Amino acid sequence: MVYIVIRFRRSKNKEAMQFSGSNKLEIIWTVIPFILVLLMFYYGWVGFAPMRQVPDDAMRIKTIGRMWEWEFDYGNGKLAKELVIPVDQPIRLDLESEDVNHSLFIPAFRVKEDVVPGYDNWLWFTPIYTGEYEIMCTEYCGLLHYDMVTKVRVVEREVFDDWLENLEATGLIPDPPGLAVMKQNGCMACHSLDGTELVGPSFKGLYNTEKVVLIGNQEETVVADEDYIQRAIYQPNEEIVKGYARGLMNSYEDLISQEEITSIVEYLKTLNEE
Amino acid sequence: MRNAEKYTHVSYLEHEGKYKGIWSWLLSTDHKKIGLLYLYSIAFFFVVAAILGLLLRLELIAPGPTIMDAQMYNGVFTLHGIIMVFIVVIPGLGAVFGNFFLPIMIGAKDVAFPRLNLLSWYIFIIGALLGVASQFAGDGPPDTGWTFYVPYSAESATNVIFALTAAFVLGFSSILTGINFIVTIHRMRAPGMGWFKMPLFPWSLYATAWIQVLATPIVGITLLMVIAERTLNIGFFDPALGGDPLLFQHLFWIYSHPAVYIMILPAMGVVTEIFPTFSQKPVFGYGAIVISSLAIAFVGYFVWGHHMFTTGISYWSRWFFSFLTFIVAIPSAIKVFNWISTMYGGSIDLKPPLLYAISFIFLFMIGGFTGLTLGALATNVHLHDTSFVVAHFHYIIFGGMGFAFFAGIHYWYPKMYGRMYNIKLANIAWGVLFTGFNLLYFPLFIIGLQGMPRRYFDYLPQFHAGHFISTIGAIILVIGIFMMMYNLIYYRHRGPVAPSNPWKGVTLEWQIESPPTHENFDVIPEIKNPPYLFKKEPQT
Repeated sequence: MVYIVIRFRRSKNKEAMQFSGSNKLEIIWTVIPFILVLLMFYYGWVGFAPMRQVPDDAMRIKTIGRMWEWEFDYGNGKLAKELVIPVDQPIRLDLESEDVNHSLFIPAFRVKEDVVPGYDNWLWFTPIYTGEYEIMCTEYCGLLHYDMVTKVRVVEREVFDDWLENLEATGLIPDPPGLAVMKQNGCMACHSLDGTELVGPSFKGLYNTEKVVLIGNQEETVVADEDYIQRAIYQPNEEIVKGYARGLMNSYEDLISQEEITSIVEYLKTLNEE
Repeated sequence: MRNAEKYTHVSYLEHEGKYKGIWSWLLSTDHKKIGLLYLYSIAFFFVVAAILGLLLRLELIAPGPTIMDAQMYNGVFTLHGIIMVFIVVIPGLGAVFGNFFLPIMIGAKDVAFPRLNLLSWYIFIIGALLGVASQFAGDGPPDTGWTFYVPYSAESATNVIFALTAAFVLGFSSILTGINFIVTIHRMRAPGMGWFKMPLFPWSLYATAWIQVLATPIVGITLLMVIAERTLNIGFFDPALGGDPLLFQHLFWIYSHPAVYIMILPAMGVVTEIFPTFSQKPVFGYGAIVISSLAIAFVGYFVWGHHMFTTGISYWSRWFFSFLTFIVAIPSAIKVFNWISTMYGGSIDLKPPLLYAISFIFLFMIGGFTGLTLGALATNVHLHDTSFVVAHFHYIIFGGMGFAFFAGIHYWYPKMYGRMYNIKLANIAWGVLFTGFNLLYFPLFIIGLQGMPRRYFDYLPQFHAGHFISTIGAIILVIGIFMMMYNLIYYRHRGPVAPSNPWKGVTLEWQIESPPTHENFDVIPEIKNPPYLFKKEPQT
C-alpha cells in the first residue's frame, strides 16, 4: 500500500491509467483468503476440541462464583477460597453461580468458561508445573468485579493430600439461622462479619451501638436496634450510614420476612459477644 | 472576513423557507440541514464520550485508585459505551453523510420522506437526552456496561431503566432512517441511473439500511423485556425468576453483531468514494464491492454466537459460529484488495481525505486480523473478555468507522460549507491522531494476551507498563482530535472559498455548486454512463 502511494504519487505519475476491474483477479483474491481462513478455522477447531473432552480420571471440584469471591468445594464440606491442586492430575471444575454471570479465567492454563446461574458449565485442564497462578473473573459482575481474583496453587501430590486432610470441613457445620438467611440473600458481598470495610458497613459490633446516618441531607444519630435494622433492610436508601454511598442496595422487603429479620437480629447479637 | 458576494447562487445554508432564524434549522426538512443537525449533535456527544474514555485511561495509568472509585469507574465505562455505540457510532456516518449526500449522489432533491427524516432527528435527540438523564435521575448512574447483561442488569440498584429506554428510543430513530433510505434509493434515482450505475456509497447505505430495519426491532423488544423484568418481575432472563440468562445474550447479539456492520459498511462506502477521486481512476471491481457489501450484510446476521464461545453453548454451535465468522471475513478482504488495486496505477494525490482513508485500511486490517484470532475457537478461549478484545473492537470501530468519518468530513467539507480548511494543519492533526491511536490501543493487545481482563478498575502489577503507555497514547489521541476539530471549526467561516470540485471528483455531488442550493439540482441530471469515469468529461 505504502509502495503504491509512493510509486504512483501525482508528482511522478501525471496521468492515471484507466482500467476498472478484472474478474480473474477477483476470483483469485476470493479463493486464496477462503483457503486461508478455512485453514485458520481448522486449526482453531483442532486446538479447541480437546478442551471439551475430559479424561475419565479427572478430579472434579465444585467451583462456586458469587459477588465477589470464588469458593472451591472438595466434597464432604471441605471448602477453600484458593484452588489447591496436585500436579499432573487432570482437573475438572464444575462451575456454579449463586447470583449473576461470572467467568473463571486462569491465564496461565489458557482456560476460561463463563459461570452462568442455572447452567452446568465446566472446564478442565492438567497442570504440569508446580507454582502459583492467578484466577480472575472475566465477566463483568458489578462493583468489585476487578477484585474477584484468587490463586491456584499447584503442588506435589503428597503436599496436596496433606493439605486436604487438614482442611477444616466448615461446610458441615450448619450456620445459625440468621447467618443462613443473610448468606442466601448475598448480604456478605457488601457487609463483612469481621470488621472489614467493604461496600457497606461491617456487621461486627453493630447491634445496639449508635450510628450517625444521613436522612436526606440531615445528619442524625440513631441506635441500631431491631427497628433500625428492619428499616435498613426494607428501606436501605432512607437512612445512609455516614461515609457510605446511596443507591447501592435494593429493598429486601419482598425477599426477607419479619421472622427472618428477627433471626438476623439474634445472630447480630452474637457478633457483639465475641 | 465574510464576503457577501462570495457565491453567485443562494446556497442551502442561506435558504430560508417558511421559518426564520434558528427555526429554519430546527424545523427544516432539507436533508442537508438535517445532516448537519446530526453532525453537530453527534460531534458533541463524541467529544463527551471521548473525554469519558480519557478519564477511564487516566484512572488506569497506575494500579490502585487514582482519580475515581470503583463504582464511578463502572458508571463511566457504561456511559462511554452507551454514548459511543448507540449515539455516535451506529447513527454516525449514515445519519450525517448519508443524509447529506445520498440524495445528491443519486440525483434527487431530497430523501423520500423529508418530514419523517426530521422526526428521526428529534427521536434521536430524545433518546440521547434520556441517556444523559440516566446519569442524574434516580439512584445513581447505571453500572452494567453497554451490553446490559442479565442477571446483573436485572438486579443492579442503579438507574438501568433510563439507559435501557434511551437505547430503545434511539433504535426507533435508526429504523426510521433505514426505511427512509431504502425507499429513497428504490424510488428516487435520477433517470438513467440503473442499480449498477449508482455510486458505491449509496450502495453501502442500502445494505446498511436493511440491517437497521430488520435487526433493530430485536434489540428493542429485548430491552423492553429487561425493563418488564425489573418493574413487573416477569422472569424472562433472570434465573431467580425462572428465566434464562443466555437467552438475553442471544437476543442481544442477534442485533448487536449486525450493528457492527451498521457501523462499518457506510465507512467502507466512504473510503470507496475517496480512493477513485484521489487516484483519478475508476474504482477497481465495482461489482465485487457491491456484492461483498451485500454479502457482509447477509452473513453478518449469522455470526452472533462468536460473542458467546465461553458461555457454555453447545460444542457444535461453537463450531458453526466459528466457521461462519471466518466466512464473513472474506468479503472484507475482497474490498481491501479492490481498494488497493484502485490506487495501483493511479495518479495519487496524498491529501488529508486520502491520508485518513489509507489509515482506515491499515487500522481496519489490524482489527480484522485480530478478529480472526478471536474467531478461532482455541485462541478465543484464552482471549475472550480480555483487553485484547477491547483493542480489537477499537481498531475496527474507531480505526475503521472513526477514521472513515474523519476521511469523509475532510473529503466533503468544501462541498458542505463552500470553504476549505487548512490542509497543512489537517495533515499534522492526522499525524498526532494516528500516533496517539496506535499508542493507545496496541499495548492493550499485548496485555490482553498476558491475561488482563476487561472492565477492571484495578489490575495486577505485571500489566502496569502496558496500561501506562496506553494512557499516554490516549492523551496524544485527544490532543489530535482537538487539533482536527479546531481546524474544521476555525476555517468554517475563515477558510478560502472552495471551488465546486476541488478534488476533481466525478460523482454527482461534485457537479453542483459548493455549497449546494436548496434543491441541489436546477435540472435533474440524466445519467448515461457508469460512475467513476475519469477519462471523458462527465455529463456531456
